[in-house]
Amino acid sequence: MNQIIQEIESPLIKKNLPQMDVGDTVKVFVKIKEGGKERTQGYEGVIIKRAGAGVNQTLTVRRVFQGIGIERVFLVHSPRIEKITVQRRGHVRRSKLYYLRERTGKATRIKERIGARREAGAAAAPEPPVTAAAQQETPPAEQ
Amino acid sequence: MTLGLIGKKVGMTQVFDQEGLAVPVTVIQLGANIVTGTMTRENNGYTAVQVGGFKVKERKLNKPELGRLKKRELPAMKPLHEFRVDDVSSFNVGEPLKAETIVAEGALVDVQGGSIGKGFQGTVKKNHMGRGPMSHGSKFHRSMGSIGPGTTPGRVFKGVMMPGQMGNETVTVRHLKVVRLDAEKGLLLVKGSTPGAEGGLLVIKPSRTKWNP
Repeated sequence: MNQIIQEIESPLIKKNLPQMDVGDTVKVFVKIKEGGKERTQGYEGVIIKRAGAGVNQTLTVRRVFQGIGIERVFLVHSPRIEKITVQRRGHVRRSKLYYLRERTGKATRIKERIGARREAGAAAAPEPPVTAAAQQETPPAEQ
Repeated sequence: MTLGLIGKKVGMTQVFDQEGLAVPVTVIQLGANIVTGTMTRENNGYTAVQVGGFKVKERKLNKPELGRLKKRELPAMKPLHEFRVDDVSSFNVGEPLKAETIVAEGALVDVQGGSIGKGFQGTVKKNHMGRGPMSHGSKFHRSMGSIGPGTTPGRVFKGVMMPGQMGNETVTVRHLKVVRLDAEKGLLLVKGSTPGAEGGLLVIKPSRTKWNP
């Protein structure tokens, strides 16, 4: 990408976003303005599509609400999106989960990624020995 | 009758406004914009300011172009563009134009540049005319149909749309809002798209509208 455009985009890009992949169940907290008041609303669903790059990155999140499938596209780096949390990591073999649109009920289940919970647990409570060992391992690899 | 700036299209991206909405912007790199000369009524019959756009290497100019600039002790610059102004007395050769005095954030500007050339194109692409069936034995695919009536009037009317060169012409996009002006870095962000490819030269002038302050 062009250097000048990168300089313009870099302050707009959020750096504290979690790792998000297609198939993950996420909760997106959107700021909503209602009659001069601002409040945050959560929207939970499965990521069925990731598109765009840089500041233009978007997520399409699908959920079935009262029997009707709802898909919402979120501009990830928009200031209107307060935060995104990953609820569950899914194991999928497609980059676009359009097949979920034709399925209902039990068929829409997505397998959980093996080891995802353990990873999440490690991230929540980082174990010092593991990270220290990782740091020791990396410098020789660089040399 | 307005002073403008010379710039180069960098590309497009998006930024967010105060309400958090995404605004599509074109990034324009402004040139050095140094006054290279003035046209006066006595000498030239009209009044204008000649401005040099970008500083370039000396070998990029030919001898007459370089000689003209050397005579006025100016660096090699390209392109030279004239802006028609009423009074040229306040412009001195060698002084750069100040971007912030010409364009301001929130104001509207007209951006002029050369459009991307598409070459010789038929009427289907160029003029959005219809085409015939491509299969089922059809022999009429993308060629032109009738270009007018017969014996009366016995000629083809002027302005009938026909195949020809498409693109590679001067295009002006009017009333683009200035989203951001970074005079220090020489960057101008305008809302929407501008003519031409990335790296193409653009001339930016304040719009003459009732909405401009």
